[in-house]
Amino acid sequence: MFASLGQSRNAPGLLFMLPAAVFLLCFLAYPLGVGTWLGFTDTRIGRAGHFIGLENYQSLWQDSVFWLSVFNTVLYTGVASVLKFALGLWLALILNENLPFKSFFRAVILLPWVVPTVLSAIAFWWIYDSQFSVISWALMKFGWISAPINFLGDSTNARASVIAANVWRGIPFVAISLLAGLQTISPSLQEAASLDGATSWQRFRYVTLPMLTPIIAVVMTFSVLFTFTDFQLIYVLTKGGPVNATHLMATLSFQRGIPGGQLGEGAAIAVAMVPFLLAAILFSFFGLQRRKWQQGGSD
Amino acid sequence: MSSQTSAPAPVLQDDAEGMSYLSNLPRRVVTLYMPLAVFVFVLLFPFYWMAITSVKPNDQLTDYANFSPLWVAAPTLQHIKYLLFETSYPGWLLNTMIVATAATFLALAASVFAAYAIERVKFNGSRYVGLAIFLAYLVPPSILFIPLAFIVFQFGIYDTKLALILTYPTFLIPFCTWLLMGYFRSIPYELEECALMDGASRWQILTKIVLPLAVPGLISAGIFAFTLSWNEFIYALTFIQSSENKTVPVGVLTELVRGDVFEWGSLMAGALLGSLPVVILYSFFVDYYVSSMTGAVKE
Repeated sequence: MFASLGQSRNAPGLLFMLPAAVFLLCFLAYPLGVGTWLGFTDTRIGRAGHFIGLENYQSLWQDSVFWLSVFNTVLYTGVASVLKFALGLWLALILNENLPFKSFFRAVILLPWVVPTVLSAIAFWWIYDSQFSVISWALMKFGWISAPINFLGDSTNARASVIAANVWRGIPFVAISLLAGLQTISPSLQEAASLDGATSWQRFRYVTLPMLTPIIAVVMTFSVLFTFTDFQLIYVLTKGGPVNATHLMATLSFQRGIPGGQLGEGAAIAVAMVPFLLAAILFSFFGLQRRKWQQGGSD
Repeated sequence: MSSQTSAPAPVLQDDAEGMSYLSNLPRRVVTLYMPLAVFVFVLLFPFYWMAITSVKPNDQLTDYANFSPLWVAAPTLQHIKYLLFETSYPGWLLNTMIVATAATFLALAASVFAAYAIERVKFNGSRYVGLAIFLAYLVPPSILFIPLAFIVFQFGIYDTKLALILTYPTFLIPFCTWLLMGYFRSIPYELEECALMDGASRWQILTKIVLPLAVPGLISAGIFAFTLSWNEFIYALTFIQSSENKTVPVGVLTELVRGDVFEWGSLMAGALLGSLPVVILYSFFVDYYVSSMTGAVKE
């Protein structure tokens, strides 16, 4: 039926692909290759490197700071993703109800996600100030604490603070995406379940959640990917401190690679993030697959 | 009167706890309005704090004993004036504007052709190219910045706006292409066939039939791409050295933060002013923005 257009497909097709292909090959595929290569060299800024095999990876393997950054990244991603998912889903469920000024709330709630991360992180920096934090002030006013909290100076507090800031920024994305998914679920399913005597928890657990699984899988993949490779928030708030307690792999890679000048080592740390990212993508891929037969779909 | 005589209403009320149109007001207040109020408060408070700090005179900034930190006694514009007339801030704003606009247009142009080729020309292997584009979207900037810095240096465009304009499309093109593919899919084939019968070329079909119909998609992709480029940080931090070429997020963080004396007033004013353009853009196109965000996730 569409054969008439199909006769001359390949030549114009490839021509149309050309601009995007040139960009992506030059500035995405080529750098990926260069990055992998740099990881096997001892390149520094201003000095061409030599091939040194796995030496970068060997030294990283024995580097306690590197392992601390891996631990921090996994902790940061795990805790922040779970919180973002739980709070985001809750917010999505609230917004899915019949509320006055619904579109206004939806617009306002996305603001943390629209504003440049670095600039909102600077606001958090001021909120987390060790002496003049407004949170400490409020808690002292209520009489719950007697001295200001040292948000970013203590390693446990610093970890909790950066996770809180990341969750703050991530909730809107999760909530609005899940809300879009919720709106595709027909209310008649809920009504049918409630006529059958399902409680509100049962309706959520056995109707809403299964219908939402595919969207959850995609949204959480994106969320995990972005959290795992986060750089801006840490760079603004703590620069990896105190005593490397909040160093993520991305910030360590930057610190060693650009100010430290060890491009090879920085690239090796960046490459070391790839297996984790692949694992996250595969996890979501299989999460998506499983759901189709749950729905009685053909695949 | 009539509602009491009709049987179904009271019967339903017993079982269907929580269904929005049946639940009573006190219950809705506790389960909906109060959590929503907390969410909105937490999500918006940093912006309020940013705004109030940027108009506070310096003597009130840290004097919590005599002035409530949540309000401002004698608002001042000195921080904003300092920012606009005594720092390079206006230049950074201009740079960000130039870079974001140029990168958005480059990315949109390349993406329109690529999306059309993949979705409609269907050349051999277009499915795999589509998949590759999606995978390219998942490659995070924080594993690319070191090799990209290396390449940017080799190309001789280090420390120029051109470096940013050419590298931003690496994350914009995959996103825009993916989004536009979805839009092109929704345009009926028959329209293209009609045009083909009338003797239109591929180019004419794209520019005269498909593009006018895909304007909402173009706006969504454009807005989103502009916001992403405006918010970008790690490339701008790595590739730009000189103050006159910096973008707003990098400039605020690297030039306004000096030494141990934080000038919170001007920092917050810088963060606020730097956020305003994207927030204004967003407020005009909320629905496009939401549709592009959720559209990318849904497919």
